[in-house]
Amino acid sequence: MPWSREDLAARAARELKDGYYVNLGIGIPTLVANYIAPGLKVVLQSENGMLGIGPFPYEGEEDPDLINAGKQTISELSMSSYFSSADSFGMIRGGHIDMAVLGAMEVSEKGDLANWMVPGKMVKGMGGAMDLVAGVKRVVVVMEHTSKEGEPKFKPYCELPLTGTNVVDMLITDLAVFSRGSRHEPFKLVEIAPGVTAAEIRSKTPAHYVG
Amino acid sequence: MSAETRSSKVYPDAASALHGIVSDGMSLCCGGFGLCGVPEKLIAALHETGVRNLTVVSNNAGTDGEGLGILLASRQIKKMISSYVGENKEFERQYLAGELELEFNPQGTMAERVRAGGAGIYGFFTKVGAGTMVAEGKETRIVNGETYILETGIVTDLSLVKAWKGDTEGNLIYRKTARNFNPNMATAGRITVAEVEELVEPGVLDPDSIHTPGIFVQRIINGSPYRKKIEKRTVRPRKEG
Repeated sequence: MPWSREDLAARAARELKDGYYVNLGIGIPTLVANYIAPGLKVVLQSENGMLGIGPFPYEGEEDPDLINAGKQTISELSMSSYFSSADSFGMIRGGHIDMAVLGAMEVSEKGDLANWMVPGKMVKGMGGAMDLVAGVKRVVVVMEHTSKEGEPKFKPYCELPLTGTNVVDMLITDLAVFSRGSRHEPFKLVEIAPGVTAAEIRSKTPAHYVG
Repeated sequence: MSAETRSSKVYPDAASALHGIVSDGMSLCCGGFGLCGVPEKLIAALHETGVRNLTVVSNNAGTDGEGLGILLASRQIKKMISSYVGENKEFERQYLAGELELEFNPQGTMAERVRAGGAGIYGFFTKVGAGTMVAEGKETRIVNGETYILETGIVTDLSLVKAWKGDTEGNLIYRKTARNFNPNMATAGRITVAEVEELVEPGVLDPDSIHTPGIFVQRIINGSPYRKKIEKRTVRPRKEG
């Protein structure tokens, strides 16, 4: 049985280490916050200018001045801090954030990422995605293994406009996990979802990988 | 802009604060992220001036009927420089009809371009966007095997910002994530106008807690009262008992 959205978030959360500063993208990546292991100190960064994102506020305690990058109302923690957008992206671009979890439309076998634009459709913009993949130390991508039409999304080359080249360190799909030790190495198949076979993954993955 | 010889920075309202500094075809930096920390009173007053052909630097383009969405609906904006413009149907319509120019910048690149412009820096080399559409037509430089692209600083005719508290000298303090682009935008306008929720006399704000020093602010208004909007209300249930 393929992994669910919640399973993907939980799997990405296992990549977190004690003391990490982490940026979570919109969608499934946001759910990663619900699976941080007890006892692990992880500080979540929001690119609109906050370190130490707290949980959603209790009803009646929403503050219009306190939102995450997805524009959702959030709460602050005793260790939280606020800063300007330029400072926020200084942290991101400057390599001070340990890990980012992002969604994707396509990932290439070289670790290229496409997640912001489909030609011919209304383009909403890249937001902070290009800055994140260029600056964050480790980039973990979560996505469906194939599109709604059944097309593979882990491919030899991205066909969609790129967000960054050679930036993905780990790819978690609903069928499998691919990882690589450095950005000079190919991806390895390291985990398979329960009930899924290696042959099925091979048939749905035109990208080159080891294992 | 002889109005700048006026000794006080304080204006009675948004309309008077924009008097004499608005002209067709001007460029504008605007603070805010989504609907958070947006200089809404100044945007409404700018709308009322009837100014046209604006080039606006802002992370987002407001939503329909809110923030910069007001200026879009009235077709007063010629070009947007932004990182993300979802949540606005009128924007989408004008863009697809070819009525609106749009330049996408990666969010951090935009913030840094504004910061650099305000700090007198012509440009900077960044890895962000290298190998993507963002790099097209830009000078590149390879340093230690990494490709960097040249991005230029942004200076505009006018900046509009929103702060929580300000004093009559133009010193500003922002609140929580309503800070966002506002301190950066405040530095990049040849003239910066701030609206605040609470305007106080000098000495009331702690000098050690000022986020934007008054030198960056030429005009200031008390914009209260505010009815702040929430774009996506998310809450958690209270535990029973």
